[in-house]
Amino acid sequence: MKVDSTIVLWGQTLAYTVYCIVMILTVGWIGWRLVKPAKAGVKPAVFFTFVGFLTVLGVSLHLITLKTIPWVEPDLHRASVQVDRVFEIRVANHEFTLPEARLVIKAGEKVRFDVASDDLTYGFGVFRPDHTMVFQMQVIPGHKNDVIWQFHKPGLYTIRSTEYSGPAGIAMVLPDVIEVVKAN
Amino acid sequence: MNIIQALINGHDGSFRPKGLTPMQKLALRFVVVGLVYFGFAVIEGMIMRIFEVKPLPMIQTKQFFAIMTAHPLVGIFGSSYSIVFGAFLFLVPFLMKKPLWSFKLANWTFWLITVGTFVFWGAGFVSHYAPLYTLYWPLPADFSQFSALGGAVFILGIALVMLGVSFFVVNIFKTITYTPKGWDKQPSGALFASAIGWTGLRNLFRKKKEAHLVPLPVAAVARGTVDVAFNSGIILFTGVLILVYMVGSLLGFDLRRTAIDALLYKNWFWWGLDLVADGLVLIFVAGTWYLLATLITGKTLFMQNIARAALLVELVVSWTVWSHHLLSDQAQPAALKVVSGEMVTAFELITQGLAFFVTMATLWNARPLKMSNELKFLLGGLLGFALGVPAGIIQADVGLNRILHNTQWVVGPHVHVAILVGLSMTLYAAIYVLFPILTNGAKLYSQKLASIHFWAQLIGGIGMGAFMGMAGLKGMLRRTIYANGEFNVYMILAALCGALLAFGFLCFFINLVMSVGVKGVLGLFGKSRLDKDALLPAQE
Repeated sequence: MKVDSTIVLWGQTLAYTVYCIVMILTVGWIGWRLVKPAKAGVKPAVFFTFVGFLTVLGVSLHLITLKTIPWVEPDLHRASVQVDRVFEIRVANHEFTLPEARLVIKAGEKVRFDVASDDLTYGFGVFRPDHTMVFQMQVIPGHKNDVIWQFHKPGLYTIRSTEYSGPAGIAMVLPDVIEVVKAN
Repeated sequence: MNIIQALINGHDGSFRPKGLTPMQKLALRFVVVGLVYFGFAVIEGMIMRIFEVKPLPMIQTKQFFAIMTAHPLVGIFGSSYSIVFGAFLFLVPFLMKKPLWSFKLANWTFWLITVGTFVFWGAGFVSHYAPLYTLYWPLPADFSQFSALGGAVFILGIALVMLGVSFFVVNIFKTITYTPKGWDKQPSGALFASAIGWTGLRNLFRKKKEAHLVPLPVAAVARGTVDVAFNSGIILFTGVLILVYMVGSLLGFDLRRTAIDALLYKNWFWWGLDLVADGLVLIFVAGTWYLLATLITGKTLFMQNIARAALLVELVVSWTVWSHHLLSDQAQPAALKVVSGEMVTAFELITQGLAFFVTMATLWNARPLKMSNELKFLLGGLLGFALGVPAGIIQADVGLNRILHNTQWVVGPHVHVAILVGLSMTLYAAIYVLFPILTNGAKLYSQKLASIHFWAQLIGGIGMGAFMGMAGLKGMLRRTIYANGEFNVYMILAALCGALLAFGFLCFFINLVMSVGVKGVLGLFGKSRLDKDALLPAQE
């Protein structure tokens, strides 16, 4: 099974939900015990162990995502990645201008979306028909904004601006303009 | 006493504004204004919550975004800054055992923040100026969408607030370092070094350790105030820049917007903005936790030297984390994304976790404790940050940011849980501690209302953040409108939790007003005849 945003976010949901439940129960338990008499106090060793645990946790989060999320490494080294297809897209006056009416991509192809803004800061996001996000990036005027992506599931996808560019920006939605077809 | 009499005079008539010192009155005025602006933010928040379920016909789209622009600014500057500055302008002299350096300047801070907030809020309300608080260039100068005049008044309001903030910064550092009239000369350099953490840093490399001249909570206030100063400088500078374009437009000149590099601008503005979210808030909150824990327990702080050092680490961290807001900006150098955006940001897990542990351990070592309002709200505040900070750390990751940036995830479980549960409940704990001190022992009207407020704030805040977060994980963006009810299940549940929050705040507000009476509140704005250098009235 290919890892996509649905799988990554499912894992995140599970981990964060378990964390929240444990944390709420822990603080509740501490609150309950605070009103009861007791002799034993907290030893400094417990404190240093806790700080060590947080350090390991903070560093390991990024190492785990670097090794398990497939788009991280190519994203950090985009210039050296060979792609199968490039789509150059322009944005101006709250409108996307696509190179073709529908962007057709073969599943598994490496695609570079090169998006340039002629005026404001926008966002470039790709969404599934159930509105879940596949990926997004910011589109800054005067700079190169590119992202490399591999689609694995055939189907239709929607482009939407993911950054606020004034009230006029809420209409920046192009439904079903990306079509991913099965590879031969 | 019937309810109307209690509302007018306070439930037991024990609160007498005439017996308050000018410093007590000033601190209470800050709290009153802070709570009124919190009410503004609650109403705005509820309008947006309802609008996210179903766009309201009486509110235009541009008005919705004007509310979205004003909401966080009113909440942070009008409410949180007012309450925090009022408390610190009282507590720093209280803990340093000397008068505030300038009562007049503190009064200016009060009026500038109060008036400035109303000015920018009013400008947004009338003109619908709506570039949102992030002000991504060149949106704030896009006069095809926004009125240049409305924007100029909006920026003027922000500038007034920042001027008041600058006065606060001067007053805090002068109060720590100055020599009051008739006192022996104070070692101002050593006091400053101790306050900002230089003494502690030097102690690491010395055999003979120097004593800390400044109490730990004051050190926290001083270090957070350094970030306040930098932040107000960045906001003022950016405001002037935008104002140049506005004045140009009003005079008929169309200045070239490409003269400003949008990415460079985004970097410096986020550097400044993050000094609030990832700087002064975390430092002030840690300092407030430490103060509350020691006041509630009557004991010294657990591992206090390490806690003091961690405050300095947090200050340095706060200057270097801004890039986690630019992880989706592809032109941002990869090294900045990884080092500043990911690695340094992860340090906040350590510094904030350490503050959480130190506070909890101080409470734990002092068992048994009475479950007072301040203790309850302190535990709520600790829980809020314990839930909200990791939610932000999760998003400060190159891989996860690609699929979470600008979704409801960042504003729900991270921002709103950290602010409404973490920060607000910490502030409520401080208000409960300060209430008898600032009112000369006035009694709270109803413990039942205080308990309802606690549970409504806790459940409403966590619930609202959770449902917003669930919508974010399903792809719901944070700064747009979904007109076809795509995420209605989550938005209805978030709105119900928001309503619970609003109900809790109403209970708290009624409880305070019934405790001191409307006359008592109005009396705070009259002049005190007592000595302005005295923090508390002389004992009879």
